[in-house]
Amino acid sequence: MSTPEAATEPPRPAGDEHLLSVHDLRVSFATEDGLVTAVDGVSFDLAAGEVLAVVGESGSGKSVTAMTLMGLTRSPNSEFEGTAHYKGTELIGANEDDLRRVRGAEIAMIFQDPMTSLNPVLKIGGQIIEQIQEHEALPDQQARERAIELLDKVGIPRARDRLDSYPHEFSGGMRQRVMIALALSCDPSILIADEPTTALDVTIQAQILQRIRELRDETGAAVILVTHDLGVVADIADRIAVMYSGRIVEQGTLDEIFYDPQHPYTWGLLGSITRVDRPRPERLPAIAGLPPSLGNRPEGCHFRPRCPHEFAKCIEVPPLEARQDKRPAHLDRCWLSAQQKRELREVRPGEIGLEKKAGAIQ
Amino acid sequence: MIRAIDYAREALCLAVCVAAPLWANKVAHTTPTENHLSDTIQINGETKNVVGLDGVPIGPTWHGEFFLGADPNGRDIMVRLLYGGRNSLMIGIVAAFLTTILSIVFGVIAGYFRGWSDSIIRAGLDVIWSFPVVILGVALGVALALGGIKLGPIEISGDSLWVPILIIGVVYVPYMARPIRGQVLSLREKEFVEASRAQGAGPFRIMFTEVVPNLTSTLLVFFTLLIANAILLEAALSFLGAGVRPPNPSWGTMIDDGIDRISTAPHLTIVPGVMLVLTVLSLNVFGDGVRDALDPRAKVRLER
Amino acid sequence: MARFIIRRLGQMVFVMFAVSVLVFLIFNVIPNSDPAVRMAGRQASESTIQAINKEWGFDESLPQQYITTMEKVFTGDLQSYITQLPVNEEIIKGIPRTFSLAIGAALLWMFVAVCFGLYSAVKAGKFADRFLTIIALIGISMPVFWIGALMNHYLGFKLGWFPNGGYVEFTEDPVDWFYHLILPWTALAILFIGFYSRVLRSNVLDTINEDYVRTARAKGLSERQILLRHVLRNSMIPIITLWGLDFGAVLGGGAILTETVFDLQGVGQYAADSIGQLDVPPVLAVTLFAAFFIVALNAVVDITYAILDPRIRLQ
Repeated sequence: MSTPEAATEPPRPAGDEHLLSVHDLRVSFATEDGLVTAVDGVSFDLAAGEVLAVVGESGSGKSVTAMTLMGLTRSPNSEFEGTAHYKGTELIGANEDDLRRVRGAEIAMIFQDPMTSLNPVLKIGGQIIEQIQEHEALPDQQARERAIELLDKVGIPRARDRLDSYPHEFSGGMRQRVMIALALSCDPSILIADEPTTALDVTIQAQILQRIRELRDETGAAVILVTHDLGVVADIADRIAVMYSGRIVEQGTLDEIFYDPQHPYTWGLLGSITRVDRPRPERLPAIAGLPPSLGNRPEGCHFRPRCPHEFAKCIEVPPLEARQDKRPAHLDRCWLSAQQKRELREVRPGEIGLEKKAGAIQ
Repeated sequence: MIRAIDYAREALCLAVCVAAPLWANKVAHTTPTENHLSDTIQINGETKNVVGLDGVPIGPTWHGEFFLGADPNGRDIMVRLLYGGRNSLMIGIVAAFLTTILSIVFGVIAGYFRGWSDSIIRAGLDVIWSFPVVILGVALGVALALGGIKLGPIEISGDSLWVPILIIGVVYVPYMARPIRGQVLSLREKEFVEASRAQGAGPFRIMFTEVVPNLTSTLLVFFTLLIANAILLEAALSFLGAGVRPPNPSWGTMIDDGIDRISTAPHLTIVPGVMLVLTVLSLNVFGDGVRDALDPRAKVRLER
Repeated sequence: MARFIIRRLGQMVFVMFAVSVLVFLIFNVIPNSDPAVRMAGRQASESTIQAINKEWGFDESLPQQYITTMEKVFTGDLQSYITQLPVNEEIIKGIPRTFSLAIGAALLWMFVAVCFGLYSAVKAGKFADRFLTIIALIGISMPVFWIGALMNHYLGFKLGWFPNGGYVEFTEDPVDWFYHLILPWTALAILFIGFYSRVLRSNVLDTINEDYVRTARAKGLSERQILLRHVLRNSMIPIITLWGLDFGAVLGGGAILTETVFDLQGVGQYAADSIGQLDVPPVLAVTLFAAFFIVALNAVVDITYAILDPRIRLQ
């Protein structure tokens, strides 16, 4: 189990009203193999209208974090610590009734697999209308009109007719648009998108992401985009939080992360993006080794076993803090000095990446 | 931890229900068919008639002889219970066995080879499936009563215990063969079957060594539940007169006899029924427990 | 959709044909005794046996025998050689009784099973769930004729709360008709409630983990709405097929045990009464009747399924 870290207050830009403030969130599940911590002390803020991308591998805890904000991970064997403040309401310990008011109306979510996320035996019109009518006292006809408007907005042709169609009558991309329409139906302040494009074709991916961005521009909703694909993030994110093994290991603006990454894991992620403007490497670059299993994490920095730059201090958990004076909002969890980071991350001139750690097989 | 104790308790209960009848002849003081019409027995110093002058047999004495009372013919109920249980259990278990074997054969062939054999087998199963279980049992029971049946060189007389075994065994085949076929359909697409095929193994070999072993957990659960249902069906058929024939005892025939005299001697009906329920219940609970234990979905779902 | 229905009805006819062949084989071919002797029943006279031989043509080819047999059944020419009564008429007399038992019991068991099953699933793992599970297990472990006889005797005869068996025509006295059916409905339902509540519980527990239920929750819908509109509706779909089969079975006389124990004189009991004397014609007819019912109802259920679950229509 990880050692408890010193609670560090991430510095807030002065005078900003944050829509959502998550502080030291921990989520654990009781399993047959013992207590497993999926989210190990995550803190971040979300301002109105901004797009925050949460990036990480499977098992990094990014999805659990997103679902916990909506209270979807509550069960007899889950435990929570920490807080998530949304417009004056505390989400983590809230009772079901309060949470239900928030869900769908204030914070909405779209999920990864649109085929299984829609009820196969109900018409999609009905599924949109039921959400509208749950939160607003709108008569049937008006709710129907709103649903048609929404389908139109997300780009579904012949919306009026398609209202009576079933999910299986749509293609994958269309279904995901329906999910987006559902999510936006009550004008939420935050849209959480959990790997919205992973189950879709690459060509559709771009369309969906663009649609999300346009809708953000139109409605002013903030977006939390959970994904494992850094490439997806580049066009749309304002800020990025990189998660590894239950913790945020680096957090900053889009430019900061892409051009001045501070954490070796981020270097690895960037290095593994195949570039069309560079000569083809002999092998696809990948980070050696595997992420630690949830019940069996290394002491101190979780990335230690795979990090070629590991040194003695890494046994202590590095706190998430700003280590560069000029950038108070760019946080990371790496004990290396700024100078070391600048040098070590260039595996080849002008190329950011991560060397393979010798013997890094898990 | 708690589970283990539960299972032990159930297994014990089951063992008692099954073992006692099978050892009937060691335990009993008399045979199931012997009449003790004019006998008297001693209870607490009093002498009582086994069968009263008005024809009403004695109720449970909770003593060594006639522990659970007697029937109108003076036969010891406890003894008949044990012997009848032997018949009921034997029929149930052997029938379940028969069903299992047939289901494996048909289910695996249909699921593995598909095509023609699948269509034919499935059609056959559908046809049997179209009959209510008891009605089909009655139909076969009546049809086979007089002359029995001839399967090639084997002749089975109409009065033999093999007739109900055969009937029950065949009637339940669709209920087991279908799920097996379904599982085989998905198993045959798995990699280890592909690998075996690539190594040049013939279809029958693959079926034996790869497919069937993967069916064991399903088979185990089904088999247990089958025995339970077979025992109930045997009781039903014997009750109606289309199963076990007198004077062979079975819990079903005992209940049938008992119902006629239910007002004067209710123990004749209650006793065999309770025994039946206990046995079938322990089988069902056991089968349920096994199914739960083997269910992979029992693990907690962790997020990606 | 129309194509699907036609195809399904075609299948139905084919299965009915196969069923009739099987019934023919069971009664006239498979057993190891003289078919005429068999048809005559217990203690038949020599003259009867000879008459049967002529009537049924047991010396002719098998296919011809089949045709003769089916002709006799469907033209109402079938007669019991023991009671001398025309079989088809007796069956028709029994139909309203069998139907009354079947419909009432089917509705009762479905309603109770859904309540038990749903409640059990919602309270999974807790005491209420364990308790209901044990009740369900006891329910499926009880022979229906035994519990029926006991209920009839103790609740009907001894305590006098209910009539002691028998059937009253609906046209004569609806209230009494209902009153006489309460115990039989309950006895028949017990077994099915046990089985169906467990199947529903299992389905509901599966459905609750589906992604679309998670979406429904994310929409902020109330638990009640999620349960009824999303969970229950989807869980019920496979149950309806099973229910159709069982309903068909009891409609066709499959509740032979319940009818006998409560003396309802329905179609099933007609077959049961014929067992003692090994009276074949009634048993043959009832078997055919019951199977046809199931096959027909099966087709109806499949078609209903396709209406409920839009994905099926594509097949």
